[in-house]
Amino acid sequence: MQLVLSEDQELIAATARDFVTSRSPVARFRALRDAGDPLGYAPALLREMAELGWLGLPFDEKDGGAGLGLAEFVLIVEALGRKLVPEPIVGALAMGGFALAAGAPAALRAAWLPGVLEGTKVVALAHQEPGTRYDLARVETRAEATGGGHRLTGEKLQVLDGFGADAVIVPARTSGGPADRAGITLFLVEAKAPGLALERQHRVDDRNAARVRLDGVVCGAESMVGGMNEGAALLEAVVDRATVVLAAEMLGGMSEVFEQTLEYLKTRVQFGVPIGSFQALQHRAARVYMEIELARSSVMAAARAVDAGQADAARLVSLAKARCSTAYLLAANEAVQMFGGVGMTDEYDVGFYLKRARAAELTFGDAAFHRQRWAERSGY
Amino acid sequence: MSDLESFRRETRAWLEANAPASLVGQVGNELEGTWGGRKATYPSADTKRWLDRMAERGWTAPTWPREYGGGGLSSAQAKVLAQLLRELKLPPPLIGFGLTMIGPTLLRFGNEAQKRLHLPRITRGEIRWCQGYSEPGAGSDLASLQTKAVREGDHFVINGTKVWTSYADKADWIFALVRTDPNARKKQEGITFLLIDMDTPGVSVSPILLISGKSPFCETHFQDVRVPVENVVHEIGAGWTVAKALLGHERTMIADAFGAAGPRPDKQGGRSFLAQTAVEKLGEREGRIADPVLRDEVAAFEMESRAFALTVQRTKDAARAGHQPGSESSMFKIYGTELNQRRYELLVRLLGPDALGWEGPGFSDGDLEITREWLRSRGNTIEGGTSEIQLNILAKHVLGLPA
Repeated sequence: MQLVLSEDQELIAATARDFVTSRSPVARFRALRDAGDPLGYAPALLREMAELGWLGLPFDEKDGGAGLGLAEFVLIVEALGRKLVPEPIVGALAMGGFALAAGAPAALRAAWLPGVLEGTKVVALAHQEPGTRYDLARVETRAEATGGGHRLTGEKLQVLDGFGADAVIVPARTSGGPADRAGITLFLVEAKAPGLALERQHRVDDRNAARVRLDGVVCGAESMVGGMNEGAALLEAVVDRATVVLAAEMLGGMSEVFEQTLEYLKTRVQFGVPIGSFQALQHRAARVYMEIELARSSVMAAARAVDAGQADAARLVSLAKARCSTAYLLAANEAVQMFGGVGMTDEYDVGFYLKRARAAELTFGDAAFHRQRWAERSGY
Repeated sequence: MSDLESFRRETRAWLEANAPASLVGQVGNELEGTWGGRKATYPSADTKRWLDRMAERGWTAPTWPREYGGGGLSSAQAKVLAQLLRELKLPPPLIGFGLTMIGPTLLRFGNEAQKRLHLPRITRGEIRWCQGYSEPGAGSDLASLQTKAVREGDHFVINGTKVWTSYADKADWIFALVRTDPNARKKQEGITFLLIDMDTPGVSVSPILLISGKSPFCETHFQDVRVPVENVVHEIGAGWTVAKALLGHERTMIADAFGAAGPRPDKQGGRSFLAQTAVEKLGEREGRIADPVLRDEVAAFEMESRAFALTVQRTKDAARAGHQPGSESSMFKIYGTELNQRRYELLVRLLGPDALGWEGPGFSDGDLEITREWLRSRGNTIEGGTSEIQLNILAKHVLGLPA
């Protein structure tokens, strides 16, 4: 594993940074929030990203993708994370898209994946239920067999990019008890399906999230993603990949908020000097810098390990998520403190990063959860 | 087959033919390594044979030019050689401050005569070096050093004391910072970098006892020690420039030592030393370390170590790809040493009352060593530039924060 960017990868990163800087500064995210935009993103910009080849980048060529890996895709997502770009990448593309690619049978794949890669369709993945925290095997939503299909009943919460989605992939219990790893099956449910209700949820980070309620939604066998009763493994693999993507977004956010903090330390004058000349702040800034460096190495390693199917890939995913959770919060907390009073105001952007850091931390497991997972998978 | 591949093949064959079989697996620690020097004692004839054979090829200093006793290898070839030594479980033929500190400094700042005299004696393990930087009154504020060097004809006469001179009692030569101009405008400007033969009359050495017990550290005293002017490296009064470059080497060396000490990917599901210690001391419940709080701390430590090791690797990969190194050595110094401290803090708490032994019956050798290492590790964030000094360097030179 080489932890250095190739020339092609440098080019992808630079292109993404330029695009994001010119097309989606943080002001755009702020404007969407202030307007109370129900989607919280712009479908036209998503299509534009698709035209740049970004959405298809980590998908197989046979699915219409570019056949590259997470190692490349994380570079784009890092750029998006820098400016809090709200388009449905982590929730939809990296969850719904990866799930379709990993488990959808031919007809379902043909019906949905091209649209997802073209940015014309949004498919979300409903991985949380009330009280399940980060346990993907806790599924109470029921799927009862009917003639030739299943009838789904249950509730899913904080489905990322779920509001306005064209379809939601729903893990449901086809057998076993509510905490059993076996007996989970994934179904693709169209948003217009009778009995499905999607409501916008408003989170602290203003990210598109939805409550999904299923009241006897009927799904045919053709809408099954992955094998019957075997959904847990698929779900875990997809969430692992999505976790790397989220970690990359966090890396971008922490890098940006730290750079903004450094700029502030150099320009804000108190007691007649720039506050960045105070050693108490210099040392703390240097510590934030080190944490971000470690986070960056972890994200690069996790992306490469997942791409290569390395035996310890899951541990490296946990490492990346744990490091990014800690480092992003540190960078954002320090940003608010070092900006001082204005850091507490809604007018300044640093608060957005703090909220995003917290929301990302509590998605797919916080640092404590991933330490447990690391220990588990290290044999102790 | 690429040139590098044929180099690998030939080198492997040579190593297999020439490395003494008795040394396989003897990859010891700093205390057990071969330091060379006039006073050196070798644990076996094979140790000396291994040194001589490798030195003959220049492979004690693989990347140094051949004319100075080095191997003349490219960095890629040197990496292959290092890999092969690891694979074949062979110890480094020679270690020491000659190879890691004064050698690279002479290659950059030394004159031709100095390089021809000193470098081959380093690569052959004939002369062992130590460092004379800190003084009782000059620690973090190194530039305030007061060891006097007064010019008398073609000699300097040296008077003063150097502290923390590691292994001075075993070294043959010392490279030292001395004050040649007490009236310089800035304190950094009156300093000269000088090479001193420890056998010169007036040099004396006394060991320092640490909170962890015996140590390699010494105090080195200079009383009217006469040193030829030709032993000045770079220019008179330009010692600070040399010193700073050398401190960079030192930080890299320390960082490498702690970076390499980080946990490697587990062997076939085997547990790390830390996890194994936790299981032995605390017991196991359903395959988990029985104490959930300490289990969490073990995981937290191992993850942080892994992230650090990956960062060290990333810097090396970037350097090989031709990227300019920045001031990473400061970050590695801070992080690597703090991790080592945390490691021993955690080990001591895993041991519980078993960690309270100093010597004698009722304590195992392994546990006694951990206790000493715990105490010794407290110095890691002080020696070679304190963490606070490194944070200053990061803040100013990497982050560009104002002075």
